[in-house]
Amino acid sequence: MNFDDNPEEATYRARVRAWIAQNKPDLTALPPEQRLVWTEGHKNAMAQWQATKAAGGYACITWPKERGGAGGTLIEDVIFSQEETAAEIHDPYFITGLKMLIPAILQFNSDPKSAERVPPAVRGEEIWCQLFSEPSSGSDSAGIRTLAVKQGDEWVINGQKVWNSGAAHADYGLLITRTDPDQPKHKGLTAFWLKMDTPGLEVRPIKTMGGDSELNEVFLDDVRIPDDQRVGEINGGWSVVLATLMNERAAIGQSNGLTWSDMMDLASSIETDDGTVMDDDSFRDLVADLHVDLEARRLIGFRILTAISRGEQPGPEGSAAKLLWSGGTQTMMSEALDMLDQYGLIQDSNLSPRAGAFQQRFLWSCGLRIGGGTDEIQKNIIAERVLGLPADVRVDKGVPFREIPSGR
Amino acid sequence: MDFDYTDDQKALKDEARRFLADASPISVVRGVLEDPARGHDEELWGRIAEQGWCGAAIPEAYGGHEFGYVELCGLAEELGRSLAPTPFASSIYQFAEAVLAEGSEEQKQELLPAIASGESIGTIAVSEGPGTVSAKRVKTQYANGTLTGTKLPVADGMAAGKAVVLAMGSDGPVLAVTDLAGPGVSRQMVETIDPTRGAATIVFDNAPAQVLGSGGDGIAALARVQDRSAVLMSFEQLGGADRALEMARDYALERYAFGRPIGSYQAIKHKLADVFIRNEVARTSAYYGAWALSTNAPELATAGPAARIAGCNAYWLAAKENIQTHGGIGFTWEADPHLHYRRARHLGLTIGSVKTWKRKLTDRLEAQRAARQAEREAA
Repeated sequence: MNFDDNPEEATYRARVRAWIAQNKPDLTALPPEQRLVWTEGHKNAMAQWQATKAAGGYACITWPKERGGAGGTLIEDVIFSQEETAAEIHDPYFITGLKMLIPAILQFNSDPKSAERVPPAVRGEEIWCQLFSEPSSGSDSAGIRTLAVKQGDEWVINGQKVWNSGAAHADYGLLITRTDPDQPKHKGLTAFWLKMDTPGLEVRPIKTMGGDSELNEVFLDDVRIPDDQRVGEINGGWSVVLATLMNERAAIGQSNGLTWSDMMDLASSIETDDGTVMDDDSFRDLVADLHVDLEARRLIGFRILTAISRGEQPGPEGSAAKLLWSGGTQTMMSEALDMLDQYGLIQDSNLSPRAGAFQQRFLWSCGLRIGGGTDEIQKNIIAERVLGLPADVRVDKGVPFREIPSGR
Repeated sequence: MDFDYTDDQKALKDEARRFLADASPISVVRGVLEDPARGHDEELWGRIAEQGWCGAAIPEAYGGHEFGYVELCGLAEELGRSLAPTPFASSIYQFAEAVLAEGSEEQKQELLPAIASGESIGTIAVSEGPGTVSAKRVKTQYANGTLTGTKLPVADGMAAGKAVVLAMGSDGPVLAVTDLAGPGVSRQMVETIDPTRGAATIVFDNAPAQVLGSGGDGIAALARVQDRSAVLMSFEQLGGADRALEMARDYALERYAFGRPIGSYQAIKHKLADVFIRNEVARTSAYYGAWALSTNAPELATAGPAARIAGCNAYWLAAKENIQTHGGIGFTWEADPHLHYRRARHLGLTIGSVKTWKRKLTDRLEAQRAARQAEREAA
């Protein structure tokens, strides 16, 4: 059990901390509304940051140098991310491509055309998005209905994708389609990469209950993709999906956002007859519970890291960590509103504490429990893969995809 | 960064598990359950002492083997898993830690070798009645080198030969150490919810005692000791919680209802997934506590309470849902789930309830926050 940086890690941390401090983007130069994620201003600043990192040798730290990486270790990558978080740099644009999609594509494709896409992504010139989920394929992630039909050297694609994070800003996407509906569900899928301005592709932002439009619908109407943009084998798309999800598990998310200490700050700022909410016994119990769960969530990341640094596959701790975070955040935000009492209703950046961050996250937290594998799917994963309990009775097993009931 | 047991530590743990499977099968646990006057299994205690476990974290200078604290944590995890009916927790996590952390050099020399060899058993006597112990409510008196008052319940109070006692001295609460076989001490077994870990009511009537160490604030000293005990105890809780979850899982695979294993229903799957999550929180918090304990890190002030809270919550949930998963059979005397249900609450109360520890954790978080604020203002 050792939490300290070893001497090499400490040296590396000091070096990157200084480098980040010297080179980090200055968001204060932007108008306040452009400092928020998924705005043009923020996106451009982060693209510039990615370019700076690439020039400085800090983009894709774990990748080999010939691929534009730094040939570094996973620990170095984590240290860099930790220092970025500490410097309040939040970049949701490039992680999907660089940590999940491009590594998966390169695992299956070694052709020059696929390889050409790597350097611009590393330099922050191209953003990638995931085109997996569909209106009738959410938790049932292999239930893809978007159809790809081969015509000569091309594929003609028709269908609809949904919940595509960042698709409106993306230049490229990794798309999963159905190429053989006569095979059972997992067997007739094929993956492609494509340009997001390919004719016939239309992105429509979805306004979520939180008011933002990070998520999108993507419509594909006779979209034509050359066969050399296929990823992996024909009808081998499920392996690509699994490779992507495995990368997602290995990409340890840094916790950012409000936590138990912010709750203490808020409580100390709210007066009562004989002090502040911080003196309230029920609040004090809550802080202890939040501290235990959210610290555990943070520390589980270190256990995953320990496994990875030993060359082991990260275990199911990730599912536990996700559940602690999603449920914990929603509970915490609702408690924050209660603490403010009637004033908790107000969502106004001028009137609400922390410019309304608690109210904003109160709304946004519903999505945390759904995106990236719902609470229920995470619990199934734990029950089946860790505890070895039987899978649910499935009526679609071994059935040709076109015969599976769809409910409409 | 290495947030796991080392290979050597894992090997020690595996060996401990094999040893306990032989030395402390469920029949040994039930032997004490059926005859609570025994309090613990003496033969098992002897065998554990022979293994050298009592001295795992005690320095060689005081007769110990000095394997290390993480090694002791690994042993605690296995003891918890096996439900071993021994006074190990009282003697090692509590008494030995109190003497090590607060005792004078002389006291360490005098008291620890017999504890390290398992020849002598120690315990800590704190509680006097309903409710949380505080500086204002300590009634046992320490005056002129003697103790007078009543402590109950005292875990392993019948088996122990020595005790560290929280008492009110002339300048406030102190910790005093006394010989339970000596004059002025009378004791009686007290029945508890977990008969596999004995307890006693101990009456002191001018019993000779000496102040532990230099005799500073006894409440603060007890708190320092209990942060250490909390980590060690949390590994027993973790071991028990893991075992209770395994039992529920095994039963859910073997028990059929409506033509399929009950473990294929999400009502059971998701319930047991919730238990798994609590166990992971307990494991992670315990590991962090072990790191803080083994390196004497200042983080122990919050890592100890966090490990305690997570351990209490996990074992309680795992134990009660194990019975629920078993259904009617789980409610019977002859089925084993109630052994964990009892032990979960025994461990959850012996060094203070989870509520007490939550208050303690928040007090410290608040103090740290104030210190940071003062630092910022000074800068």
